[in-house]
Amino acid sequence: MNRITASVPAPQDAHDIAAIWALLEAVTDPEIPVVNLREMGILREVRQGAAGLEVVITPTYSGCPAMAQMEADVAAALSAAGIAARVVTQLAPAWTTDWMSVEARNKLRAYGIAPPVRNAGAAAGGVAQQTHVMRFAPRQFSVSGLRQGLSAQDAVPCPQCGSDNTTEISHFGSTACKALYRCLQCREPFDYFKPY
Amino acid sequence: MASHQDYVLLLADNSLILGQRNAEWCGHGPILEEDLALANNSLDLIGQARMLYQHVAALRKDGKTSEDLLAYFRDVPEFKNYTLLELPHSTALLPTARGDRDYAVTIARNYLYSALMVHVWSALQTSTDAHLAAIAAKSLKEVHYHLRHAHDWVLRMGDGTDESHARIQAAFDYLMPFTQEFWTPSSMETAATASGVGVDASAFKAEWDAMVGDTLQAATLKPPRSEGFVSTGKFGVHSEHLGFLLAEMQSLARAHPEAVW
Repeated sequence: MNRITASVPAPQDAHDIAAIWALLEAVTDPEIPVVNLREMGILREVRQGAAGLEVVITPTYSGCPAMAQMEADVAAALSAAGIAARVVTQLAPAWTTDWMSVEARNKLRAYGIAPPVRNAGAAAGGVAQQTHVMRFAPRQFSVSGLRQGLSAQDAVPCPQCGSDNTTEISHFGSTACKALYRCLQCREPFDYFKPY
Repeated sequence: MASHQDYVLLLADNSLILGQRNAEWCGHGPILEEDLALANNSLDLIGQARMLYQHVAALRKDGKTSEDLLAYFRDVPEFKNYTLLELPHSTALLPTARGDRDYAVTIARNYLYSALMVHVWSALQTSTDAHLAAIAAKSLKEVHYHLRHAHDWVLRMGDGTDESHARIQAAFDYLMPFTQEFWTPSSMETAATASGVGVDASAFKAEWDAMVGDTLQAATLKPPRSEGFVSTGKFGVHSEHLGFLLAEMQSLARAHPEAVW
């Protein structure tokens, strides 16, 4: 587990928890700068730990190269504001795209990335966000039903023109978390943030 | 306990070695989309390996074991990965068959391994080792996408041209005997299963057989034979290919120990 301690002089009071949340609103995803870490569900908690204030973040994909940057960005923001707090990485419960807020989904769409169209399912604490009709039965991250669902494709509305007439080009897009789609209506390619 | 650490090392080494092998396609993919897909696939696997190695280091509590020590400063007999995962991307038994990489071998291997790991990671979510369970929950989400990717390409190649059909059939025929190692009992797996830390992979054989059978049939492929020599990578007795892979992967870290960048 990686820990980065912000090098800061004065210890702060517990009421600074709200201030930290407010401060970290400005820390954005390094690869998708229109959304911040809270909206992505990466920033989990700000708490008073045994050794002082702790900011809890959770990794997205296991190999996401942006995670170290996010951790460093949080530590830098705390340090710049003169707040002494540690950044703690926590694995469980596993991050899920179900935690992405409605505002994050809207911002992603406006940015040209189609947000996940269905709930990832197995994750604890997920909020149902299924606002779109599925072309096929939803794929769940469970072994039962896996054999039937392997070839299913999400019906993803185009973030440019809104058409449902889209098709998957590649399971993996510019990053592991995205698939590459193409709109058959407006002919534009686009990234789709896969349910995780 | 040693079996606990060894079991986590088996999972870690599997992820690292396949991640390193598949990363060979980076910049050499048959098409741009597949180049990116394999690089992303390797990122997931190496990310999983890092979490698992960090966990082994934490279990050892010796103050000197680190993820880098485990990945870069162990030699062939200490690696516990399945032999299947260290083989070159070629049906030819040549250690330096770089120019002869065959994407069908890559896809068939990813399919066979991912079809196992969806079961293993799913079951490990209830491991008595809570940290391993947390890693399993993340890895399961990722391997599902790896399986889906490989599955689609098996169908596409098998039900494609004569050339693609012949290549993917040859890849399965070549690789299938190596999957016998999945089901061979080892003392570390037996002990880890008994303590609730690990799972017995052979418990998933029937479901794995059924899934692989479905996919091969849909891809118009003949079921390959899985008999003959049983490989022994997880016991530390590897093919000649692992040494070449490690030499490339470890040389930089060994030339500059403790370097940071």
